[in-house]
Amino acid sequence: MLRADVSPGRALPTHQQAEALQLVTPDGVRRDDPVHDPWIADVDDELLLHLYEDMVVVRRFDTEAVALQRQGQLGLWPPLLGQEAAQIGSARALRSDDFVFSSYRENGVAYCRGAQPTDLMRVWRGTALSGWDPRTIGMATPQVMIGSQTLHATGYALGCVKDGVDSVAVAYFGDGATSKGDVHEAMVFAATFAAPVIFFCQNNQWAISEPVGLQAQRPIADRAAGYGIPGIRVDGNDVLAVLAATRESLDRARRGDGPTFIEAVTYRMGPHTTSDDPTRYVDPSDKEQWAAKDPIARVERLLRATGALTDERAAAITAKADAFATQMREGCYGLPTPEPLSVFDDVFVEPTPELERQRSQYAAYLAMFDEEA
Amino acid sequence: MATMTLAAALNSGLRHALDDDPTVVLLGEDIGTLGGVFRVTDGLQRDFGVDRVMDTPLAEAGIMGVAVGLAYRGYRPVVEIQFDGFVYPAVDQLITQVARVHYRTRGAVRMPITVRIPYGGGIGAVEHHSESPEAYFAHTPGLRVVTCASPQDAHTMIRQAIACDDPVVFFEPKRRYWVKGEVDESMHDAPLLDRARVVVEGTDVTLATYGPLVITARDAAIAAQDDGLSIEVVDLRSLSPVDLDTLELSVRKTGRLVVTHEAQASGGLGAEIVAGITDRCFDVLKAAPARVTGFDTPYPAAKVEEHFLPNLDRMLDAVDRVMGRQHSLTGWRAS
Repeated sequence: MLRADVSPGRALPTHQQAEALQLVTPDGVRRDDPVHDPWIADVDDELLLHLYEDMVVVRRFDTEAVALQRQGQLGLWPPLLGQEAAQIGSARALRSDDFVFSSYRENGVAYCRGAQPTDLMRVWRGTALSGWDPRTIGMATPQVMIGSQTLHATGYALGCVKDGVDSVAVAYFGDGATSKGDVHEAMVFAATFAAPVIFFCQNNQWAISEPVGLQAQRPIADRAAGYGIPGIRVDGNDVLAVLAATRESLDRARRGDGPTFIEAVTYRMGPHTTSDDPTRYVDPSDKEQWAAKDPIARVERLLRATGALTDERAAAITAKADAFATQMREGCYGLPTPEPLSVFDDVFVEPTPELERQRSQYAAYLAMFDEEA
Repeated sequence: MATMTLAAALNSGLRHALDDDPTVVLLGEDIGTLGGVFRVTDGLQRDFGVDRVMDTPLAEAGIMGVAVGLAYRGYRPVVEIQFDGFVYPAVDQLITQVARVHYRTRGAVRMPITVRIPYGGGIGAVEHHSESPEAYFAHTPGLRVVTCASPQDAHTMIRQAIACDDPVVFFEPKRRYWVKGEVDESMHDAPLLDRARVVVEGTDVTLATYGPLVITARDAAIAAQDDGLSIEVVDLRSLSPVDLDTLELSVRKTGRLVVTHEAQASGGLGAEIVAGITDRCFDVLKAAPARVTGFDTPYPAAKVEEHFLPNLDRMLDAVDRVMGRQHSLTGWRAS
């Protein structure tokens, strides 16, 4: 008899344990890597402290945002807990003239690009569809549709080539997105035209409740070869490995040698969003294993071992993180609800007669209530 | 002034656009070496290079998404979708991205993308090559949807569409690609992209249409003259927004409206236009407005497409109805 209870893809495939570039072990030991070490030769204690600080700040405001949602101040929040190294290590490799096209979870990337505390709140409080003007920080509005932004990054990268500049576009997306046709098409276009784009996949093992085994039967980075794109698998919880791989990829793109696919292997320690309940599908022992690979703890161990992280410095970093979180909370409270008639703004560069008619009719309708008051 | 086909007028319009603005980039399948399956982009890659006239991989979503990225970078992409029925993979990017990046970013990022789509039937094609999907796009906020009916309009409107800072879905009536007409390539006195035009003046019935059926409607108006009927033919040109002001002026004069398009009836442009005009002209309407459209079926096989497509006789049948005349074929009479 054939079994009726076969459920393919639910178990984490063994291949997901495959080797990935690692420069700092979970125990905080720096591993030598002659190939990749040159890419982080400039990272002394002080620079590593900055990366550490970034990760601490990001975790702090991410935690604050979850609290704000629980307190009813935000409609939703997608926590990045556990993915700090993947986001900081990659985003800190970029220049200001590079351009990021991300998904909704890349609030750590947005922080690195210069998004202000309040900017991180607008979308999730429901006062705007974009937290910032993309051109001011070189980062598009984080994409809600899965994988769509990989094509935008590819198109932007083609534009950079046409302009004769060596700026690079970076597409951030998750393991779930790798099943989307848009991501496939983006890699085809990028390879065909040697577009200076980095496909930065944070494989956090989950697409809401679906494990990566439902998306891929081989390491995701292996797919790149089929497109003729160099692919690299890095420990996404190792900020130095991510930094090295991103720098190497950026350099390749700037030299005109086209795209790179980076799979940063990490783990989503929290829910998909604050609306999700991972206790329905996450094995707690799995999460425990990943907690032992925490991206911040390992850098902290390394910095403590070298003596670079003093108690005084740690306190200063905590204070900075708290200050950012406080600014974010206050900014959140202070966000004004947009004017009702603003829903009609910016549909087109110039409003159409029909939109003007609908606006004026609705304005008249609202005015009736003013008269009654 | 020069006499040229509608396809050549588009080609000339694209050439001007490429000349006028270095940020204009053409993307599509077979648009380069081949010059497009309808030769609308003939010679453009030769003259402007592969960087500005790009043959792309066979991926419509990819083309549309890459156009979004180019627009982010400050380019003005002109995308060709090879056939109407091939646009659906790109609809996701069109609706969720192209149409709303400007709204999403409160005007910070513009999407001056032109999407050229040869559309409509009547060429005896296989499936997915004769569709009229304009209503899907007209229903989508943030997209301008236009179509041309003459070489002059084709030339002027494609240039206006490319120059427009909003995304424009530009439907090209493929069975009229070979229609010839005079084209003035200077932009002076061109009516705006979103204004309808009166093609034939008349006093009894307004016959509103667009794209491939404008010529058919004009022929119907000429034929009706023999019958003592004066039909005013209005070419809408813009399907979103619809120029109801021009149409209202016509209906206020005639008191009767027939709308005709190849696309299916339900949820279509005809319904939208009838509703809009009924709202504005209820006081002067002498009969319920009528629609003459493709049927609510998938586009049929080539040998029977003539039954699906509105033709001169079906248009005049509807005209008879709104005139309260007994219909010559069915004996139907307005009660």
